[in-house]
Amino acid sequence: MKQDRQKLNRELAQMLKGGVIMDVTTPEQARIAEEAGACAVMALERIPADIRAAGGVSRMSDPKMIRGIQEAVSIPVMAKCRIGHIAEAQILQAIEIDYIDESEVLSPADNIYHIDKTKFDVPFVCGAKNLGEALRRIAEGATMIRTKGEPGTGDVVQAVSHMRLMQSEIRRLVSMSEDELFETAKQLQAPYELVKFVHENGKLPVVNFAAGGVATPADAALMMQLGAEGVFVGSGIFKSGNPAKRAAAIVQAVTNYQDAKMLAELSEDLGEAMVGINEQEIELLMAERGK
Amino acid sequence: MRIAVLALQGAFAEHEQMLRRLGVGAFEVRQLANWNQPKNGLIIPGGESTTQGKLLHDLGLFEPIRQAITEGLPVLGTCAGLILLSPMHLGTMDIDVERNAYGRQLGSFYTEAPVEGIAGNVPMTFIRAPYINKVLSSDVQVLAKVDSHIVAARQGRQLVTAFHPELDFDTRIHELFLSLAR
Repeated sequence: MKQDRQKLNRELAQMLKGGVIMDVTTPEQARIAEEAGACAVMALERIPADIRAAGGVSRMSDPKMIRGIQEAVSIPVMAKCRIGHIAEAQILQAIEIDYIDESEVLSPADNIYHIDKTKFDVPFVCGAKNLGEALRRIAEGATMIRTKGEPGTGDVVQAVSHMRLMQSEIRRLVSMSEDELFETAKQLQAPYELVKFVHENGKLPVVNFAAGGVATPADAALMMQLGAEGVFVGSGIFKSGNPAKRAAAIVQAVTNYQDAKMLAELSEDLGEAMVGINEQEIELLMAERGK
Repeated sequence: MRIAVLALQGAFAEHEQMLRRLGVGAFEVRQLANWNQPKNGLIIPGGESTTQGKLLHDLGLFEPIRQAITEGLPVLGTCAGLILLSPMHLGTMDIDVERNAYGRQLGSFYTEAPVEGIAGNVPMTFIRAPYINKVLSSDVQVLAKVDSHIVAARQGRQLVTAFHPELDFDTRIHELFLSLAR
C-alpha cells in the first residue's frame, strides 16, 4: 500500500517537471500565479524574504489560510512544515495538501531527525545541497528533491553551487566501478541501493527542482541549463514590481531555457526585481539547517 | 515516422522514452520553429493543463496545432492532454471533461482495466486525473471505463486517456496511437 503511494507520489512530481512552483500568501496571489502559468503553488503566511526580515520562530501556516488557497485554484497546492515536525505534517495531510515541503525555510523542530516520510500518504519534497543529503531524504521517503539555495535572498549563487555540486557528484558516481560503490555509500552516508541506482541511471530516482534565490527569467534558465527539472520561485515574484508579468516570463523561460533570443525578449520591461540581499550580508544561513 | 511531442511542461520525456522503445523517431515542440517540421502525429503529455494551455497561446502554437488536428493530424492526449483537446481548450474533441475528478493527490490511484481493441487489461496510473463526463457527439467512441467513468476515448484520429500510459511499461496504448498515425 505505502509502496504504491510512493510510486504515485513520485509520479505527481514527474507531472510538475518543466514547470514553475510559486510561493503565494493569499488566494489572490494564488490566482495570479495560476493565470501566469504556475504548475503548482506553495501556500505560506510569509514568503522567505519576510521571514528573514521578521526573525523569530517561523512555523507551519494557518490551515485555514492554506484551505483558502486550495479553494482558489485548481493546480496542486503545497505547504511547508518544519524539519522533523511530525504533527505539523499530519495536520497538512489531514487537509489533503498535494505536497508537503519539509523545509529549512521554517525554524527546525528537530535538530537531528527528519520526518519518517514513508509513514505518510501525501508526498514530500525536501531540500538538499549535495548528493548525500538528497539520497538521505529519499531514503526517508521524500518523492521530490529541490536544491536548498539560500531562500529569501534573491541571490542565486547558493542554488547554483548546490545544483553544480549534485550534478558533479552524480557524474563521479556514474564513472565509478561497481566495487567502489560500497565505500562511496559510506562516505555519502546514504543507502547502498540508492547509490547504485544513481550509478546505473545517472540521475536521482526522483525529480530534482531548483530553489532558493531565483528572481529573474535568466536565473530560471540558468538553473534549467545546470540540470534542474523545474524551478521553485519564492520571494522573487511577489517581492517584485510587476508580479503577474514576471511570473509569466519565468514560466516561459523555463520552457525555452535554451533560446537566448526569446530569453532576451522575456527579460524586457519586467519592472523592478526584488532588491535582494547578498549571501555574504546575511547572518542566518538557512541552507545549513537539516543535513 | 516522426512524432511531435509537445514539450511545454509536464511528463513529455516519458513519452519520448516510450517512442524510443518502439523504435519511432520523436522531436520536442517548445516553440513555433519546432512545430513547423514534417510530422506524422502529435502527443500532448500529462502535466498541468492550465500551464500548457497558457503557453500554447503565449508561444503562438494554439491555432496552428488546432488547425493541424482539425485537418486530420493524429494526436494522443494523456491526462492534461485529454483536457487540452476538450472544448475547455483546443476543442477538437467532443467530450465533456471533469477536471481533478478524483480529488487531490490522496485520490490518485493505480488500477488495471480493459481497453477496446487491446487484449487483456491495461495498466492505468491516475494522477490528479480527469475523466470524461459524457461524449458530446456520436463520432466519439468510448474505449475504456473505470468505475463507470469514461477514461479512454477515440474520435477519428484523436486518442485520449485520463490515465498515464507513459508511466508504465505497457506500450500498447502508444502502439494503438501509432496505428492511427500510419
